Amino acid sequence: MTTRLDPRPTPANAKDVRVLVLTGHGLNCEAETAAGFTFAGATADTVHLGDLLERPTPRKHLSDYHLVAFVGGFSFGDHVASGRVYANRLRFRLGDDLARFVDDGGLALGICNGFQTLVKLGLLPLLDRVKGSGLPAQTATLVDNDRLGYRDAWIRLSVDAASPCVFTRGLGPILECPTRHGEGKLVFASEAVRERVEAAHLIPVRYADAAGAPTEAWPENPNGSPGGAAGLCDVTGRVFGLMPHPDAYLYPENHPDWISQGDRGERPLRGVGVRLFENGVRAVLGG
Amino acid sequence: MTVYRLEIEARPGLPDALGAVTKQELQAFLSISPTRVRSRKIYLLDLDIDAAEAARIAAALVDPVAEIGAVGMLPDDGEAQFLLSVSFLPGVTDSIGKSVKTACEDCLDRPLVGQVYTGRQYAFSGLTRAEVERAAAQLLHNPLIERVTLEEPPRRLSLEVPRAGTARAPSTSTVALRGLDDEALDRLSREKILALSVVEMRAIQAHFTAISRDPTDAELECLAQTWSEHCKHKIFAAPIAYTDPTGKKQLLERGLFKTFIAGTTESIAAARTAASADPEGEDFLVSVFSDNAGVVRFTERDHLVYKVETHNSPSALDPYGGAMTGIVGVNRDSFGTGLGADLLANVWGYCFGPPTYSGHLPPKLMPPRRIRDGVHRGVIDGGNQSGIPYARGFEIFDDRYLGKPLVYCGTVSVMPVTTAGRPTHEKPMKPGDRVVMIGGRVGKDGIHGATFSSVRLDEASPAQAVQIGDPITQKCMFDMLTEARDLGLYSGMTDNGAGGLSSSIGEMATYTGGAEFDLAKVPLKYPGLAPWEILVSEAQERMTLAVPPEHLDAFLDLARRREVEATDLGSFTDSGRLVVTYGGATVCDLALAFLHDGVPRVTRTAVWSLPEHTVASAGRRAAANDTLMGELLLGLLRRPNLASHEDRARHYDHEVKGLSVVKPFLGVHRDVPATATVMRVRHGRDEGLVLSEGIHPQFGDIDTLAMATASVDEAVRRALAAGARYDRLAGLDNFCWPDPIVGPSNPDGEHKLAQLVRCCEGLQNACEAYGVPLISGKDSMKNDAFLGGVKISIPPTLLVSVIGQMTDVRRALTLSPRSVGDLVYVLGETRDECGGSEAALAVGLELETVPRTDLARNAAAYRAFVAARDQGLIRSADAVTRGGLAVALTRAAMASELGVAVEIDTLEAALGLFAALFSESTGRLLFTCAPGDRAAVEAHLGAHHLVPLGVIEAARDGAGFLRVARGGKALFDLDTKTLRTPFSEGLHGV
Repeated sequence: MTTRLDPRPTPANAKDVRVLVLTGHGLNCEAETAAGFTFAGATADTVHLGDLLERPTPRKHLSDYHLVAFVGGFSFGDHVASGRVYANRLRFRLGDDLARFVDDGGLALGICNGFQTLVKLGLLPLLDRVKGSGLPAQTATLVDNDRLGYRDAWIRLSVDAASPCVFTRGLGPILECPTRHGEGKLVFASEAVRERVEAAHLIPVRYADAAGAPTEAWPENPNGSPGGAAGLCDVTGRVFGLMPHPDAYLYPENHPDWISQGDRGERPLRGVGVRLFENGVRAVLGG
Repeated sequence: MTVYRLEIEARPGLPDALGAVTKQELQAFLSISPTRVRSRKIYLLDLDIDAAEAARIAAALVDPVAEIGAVGMLPDDGEAQFLLSVSFLPGVTDSIGKSVKTACEDCLDRPLVGQVYTGRQYAFSGLTRAEVERAAAQLLHNPLIERVTLEEPPRRLSLEVPRAGTARAPSTSTVALRGLDDEALDRLSREKILALSVVEMRAIQAHFTAISRDPTDAELECLAQTWSEHCKHKIFAAPIAYTDPTGKKQLLERGLFKTFIAGTTESIAAARTAASADPEGEDFLVSVFSDNAGVVRFTERDHLVYKVETHNSPSALDPYGGAMTGIVGVNRDSFGTGLGADLLANVWGYCFGPPTYSGHLPPKLMPPRRIRDGVHRGVIDGGNQSGIPYARGFEIFDDRYLGKPLVYCGTVSVMPVTTAGRPTHEKPMKPGDRVVMIGGRVGKDGIHGATFSSVRLDEASPAQAVQIGDPITQKCMFDMLTEARDLGLYSGMTDNGAGGLSSSIGEMATYTGGAEFDLAKVPLKYPGLAPWEILVSEAQERMTLAVPPEHLDAFLDLARRREVEATDLGSFTDSGRLVVTYGGATVCDLALAFLHDGVPRVTRTAVWSLPEHTVASAGRRAAANDTLMGELLLGLLRRPNLASHEDRARHYDHEVKGLSVVKPFLGVHRDVPATATVMRVRHGRDEGLVLSEGIHPQFGDIDTLAMATASVDEAVRRALAAGARYDRLAGLDNFCWPDPIVGPSNPDGEHKLAQLVRCCEGLQNACEAYGVPLISGKDSMKNDAFLGGVKISIPPTLLVSVIGQMTDVRRALTLSPRSVGDLVYVLGETRDECGGSEAALAVGLELETVPRTDLARNAAAYRAFVAARDQGLIRSADAVTRGGLAVALTRAAMASELGVAVEIDTLEAALGLFAALFSESTGRLLFTCAPGDRAAVEAHLGAHHLVPLGVIEAARDGAGFLRVARGGKALFDLDTKTLRTPFSEGLHGV
C-alpha cells in the first residue's frame, strides 16, 4: 500500500527558503523538524522563542522567514491543557506579528503540540480571515483522547487530494507515520464551523483503516476524532497542522516494517515524511 | 493578598476523559460502580492580582470551545452526591501551579508575587460515603503528598491554600557529640536518620575531639549524606572475609568494587591495548567510574554515555513521584557527565509484586497493582515530557518484590567529542571558578533521601524523603545548559541528586581542592529552612556548575533570557576545605580529606550457607515430560513475566527524535518484544546504537554466580542478534540486594553477602570472557521492608545492561523470520537446565539445575555467528531466553505471521520434551537463513553446536502458526491467534 517514493530533485534555489523552527519551554521535536527541512534543501534556523520576544530588542524576527514550524513536545508541560500556556504567550506577545506573517503569505506548519498551538491561536481553521486584523478567536480545539492517555503507534492517514493544503500535495492516497499524543481529538465550536471546514476540504488528513477509509475506531484512530480528522489547514492551504508526526519518518528505517518492505522491494528510498517538508519548500518557491 | 479560585470543567456534551477513566478504574480496581464521575480542575491563585485581573486570567485559561470555567465556583448540577477534592500538601512540588503562574504573568504582562496551587475535584453519583472514602484512600490520593476534602452539595467556597514555610529565623545548632557513649551515638544516628553505624559515629566523634570542638548540625548532616551507603558504596568498598561454597576462606582486601568491577574493566582495557584493538589515541573506554556515567568512543564526532539507576524506596512510598524522580534523576546523571551530553534514549525495568496479588499486605504497603500503575505513569510522564524516547522496558514479577519494588531507570546520551574547542568528557575546573546552582528552587523535599535509601522501609519512613519531579523545569534547564556548553561558558557540572548541595559541591570541590559558598543565597521555595536543610535538600531539577568568573555575566544573562533560575553561591578554592556559610556565619567547615576519605573501612564477613532446598523427585521430573506441551506453552504465555505489556508500553514515547530503527515492539501486529533495539544517534548519519539487558533473579535463588553469568550472556547475545559489533560492547551493572550486613533482625546477612561476592565473581568471569568492560553501575543494598512485624526482602537481583554499536543501522536484524522456505536453526547447546525457569515455576517444579554458562564456548560461537551475520548469511535472529525454545519459536511465528515448522528429535532424544522445549540454557541463538546459504552457514557455525530445526512455511488462512513435531508427528500445531490470546491477555486490564 505504501507508495514507493523516489527522491525528487531538490529545487536549485531551495536553500534560499528560510525556515524558522521555534523551540523552548518544553518543546522537543526541533531536531527532527529542522532535519526534515534540511533534507528538503531549505535553510532551517532553530530559535528559542525567547529570542523573538526579547525586550526591548528582539534578537530574531518572524518577518525574516518564509515558513515557521511549530514543533511537537510539551510546551509548559501541557499544563492547563495542551499548548494552552504557550499559545497564550504567543497571542499576547507575538500575536500581531503572527497575523501579519500569515496575511503576507507566510507558511506555517504545526505538528502535534504545534498543531494544538495553532488551533488555540485561532490560526486554524482560520475561516473568516480579515487581512490586517489581529489573531482571530478560537473556533476549534483538541481534547483528551477518548482512551485517556498518551499513545505511541504508527497509523495510516488518508490524504484528501481535493484539499487546498500545500503540504500534502501528491502524498496520497495513504501516508503512514506515528502518532504520539494524549490530546488529539478535534472538536469544533459548532456544527456550522464543521460544515464549512468539510465543504472547503480543510481536513487534509484523516486516520484510515486497513482499506484506506477514514475511521473513528481505535486503534487506527488513536483519539476518537470525529470523521477521523487528524489535521486542519486554512483556506489558502498555507497554514497546516496535524497530530501525527511526519518528522518521525525521515528515514526508510523509521517504518516498523522496513525490513519486510525491503524484502518485497517496496521500501522507499527515503523517509516518506520528508515529502511533506519538500512540499512546504516548493510552496514557498511558488511550485 | 486575596485568593481567587478558578474552576474548570468540560463543556456539557463534551467528554470528560478523566471522569470516564476514573469510573473505569474504580470498577476494575476496587469493584466500586458509580453511575457517573465528573472531574474539574481547580486553581487557587494566591497572587497580587485584583478581581478584574482574575477574570482576564480565567478567560485566557479556559478553552472557549471545550470547557467552561468560573472565578469562584461552578454550579453543581444536583446529580452528584459527593465532591472529593484532592490537592497537594504544603511544600509538595506543584509543577502545574508553576505553569499557571507563568500563564497569569503572560496574561497580565507583569511579574507576580505569590504562588498558584492546583488540585482536582471528582463529583460522584451513585455511591455511598463509605465507597467514596474507600476510593479516596485506595486509588485517588496518596496521604504522603496530598490531602483530600469530601463535601456534599451545597458546598462552600474554599479559598484555603497550602502555603508552606515558617517565619522562624533559620539557625544552626551545635551537636554535643564529644563524650557520648556508643549507645548515645547510635541513638543520635537513628533519631536524625543519619544511617551511620556506631563505628562511623565514633570516627566523626574522634575527628571533632581532635580539633577540640563539636560539629554543627550542618556538618553532621553533610558527613551523613557523603558517607551514606547510597553515596559511598561502603559495602562494595569494604574488605570481605569470604567463605565460599566449598568452605575455602579468603580475604578480599580491596573490596568488591576494586576487585571485581574496576578490576574487570582494567583487565579488559589492558587486553585491548595488548591486542591493539583500538587505533592510537582512540581508546574505546573514554571515561569510566570517575564521573556521573560511563563514556565510550562511538564515531569521530561523538562518544556515547550510559547510566542506569534505581529509585526503589521513594517508589514504594509514592510510586508516581518516586518513579518520575528516578527517570528525570538519571537524565541529570547522563546529561551531567563531563561538560554535558545530549540526552538520547531512556530505558526502564521494574520488579514488582504480582499485579493480581490478592493476599495479605502489611500496613503501609500499597497493593502491587497500584504501585505498578503509579510507577509506569511516573516514568511515562517524566520521559515523554522530557522528549526522550524509551528504547528498552521490562517487567519481572515475584512475591518478594511486594515490600519494595525495584525501579530501574537509565539514560543513554551522546556527547560531542569536543565542544567550544575542549574535550567534552573532562571538567577543566580551576580554583576561582564560581559555584552556580541552576534549575529548581530548594524546599524540604527529599531531605534525607540518600540516608533513607540506606535503611529498610518501616513505619517511621519519612514522608519528606519523597521528591516529585518537574520534567519541564528540567528540560528548560537542559536546553539552556546545552547552549551554554556550546558557548564554552562553564568548566564543570554535576547533578544535585542524593545529598543535595552537600554532595554535588562536595564532589566538585575535589577537582580544585576546595569550595566556599553561602547558603543564604540559595533561592527557596518557601521561607523557614534551616541551613542544614538547604545543604542536604534533594529538591529536584537542579545542577551545580563551575563557571569561570570571566563568563559569569554571560552565563547568568543566558539563564535569564531562557527563564531558568541560576544563582552564584560562592567559589571553588584550593584550600582543602568545604566551607559553608549562612549570611556571615560559618555553618560548616570540613577538611575535604576527612569528608571524602574519613569513612572507616570495616571488614565484613561473608559465609556461603545456602539453605536446604526441596528438590522435586525424579518421578515428578519425569512426569513433566508427559504434560501436554501445547497447553503448557499457552499457560506460560499468560504468565506476567512473559505476557505482552505492549498496551502499557505504548504510553511511553519511543519515536521522539525520529531516530528509531528497531523499535521496542515489532512484527506484523507490532506486539512482539524486540530482542534488542536499534536507533540512529545523529540525523543524517547511519551509525547506530544497540541496547539490551539480562536479568534473572530466579536463578539467583540457587546460585548468584549462575545468575550473573546468565545475565551478562543474555544481554550480550541479544545485542549481537540485532547486529551489534562484538568489539564495541560495554556493560552496566546494577545490584539490588537485601541487606547483606548481619544483625539481630538479619540473621542470614553473611550468606546474603556471600551471594553478593559470588554474583560479582560471575559478573567478572562473564565480562572478561566476552571482553565486555563495565563502564558504570550502581548498587542498592537495603531492599527490605519491615512492617507490622513482617519482613519482606527482595531476592538478590542483578541487572546487566549492554550498550552496543553498529556501523550501519541498515544492516540491523530482528527476530522476525522473513521468507517462506528459510531454514530455522538454533545455535548453542540445549541442556537439562530448568531450575528457576518460567516453565518450572509454572508447574511448581523445584529444581537446582539452573543454567550454567560455558563462557569460553559461547564466546567462540558468538564470534562465528557475528562473522556469518556480517557476511549477510543471517536473515533473522533471536536470543533464546525466558520461557526457552518454545517461547522463542512463538515470538518468531507471531512476529512474522508465517508458519514456523520445526522438528525437535535431536534435542528431545537427549533431554526429554520438557527440557527440550522449556529449558533456559544460555548461549543460544534462534535464527533463520536462506535455503541457498545452508552450506555457508553450516561451514561457519557447524563447530558450535548448530542444530537444524526446520523451515518457514506459508501462513494458513492468513495466519502464522507454530508446529512442533517429533518423530514425524506434531506435538502441537497452534495458529498465532491461539498463541496471541494468552500472550495479550496475561497483563491486560491489570
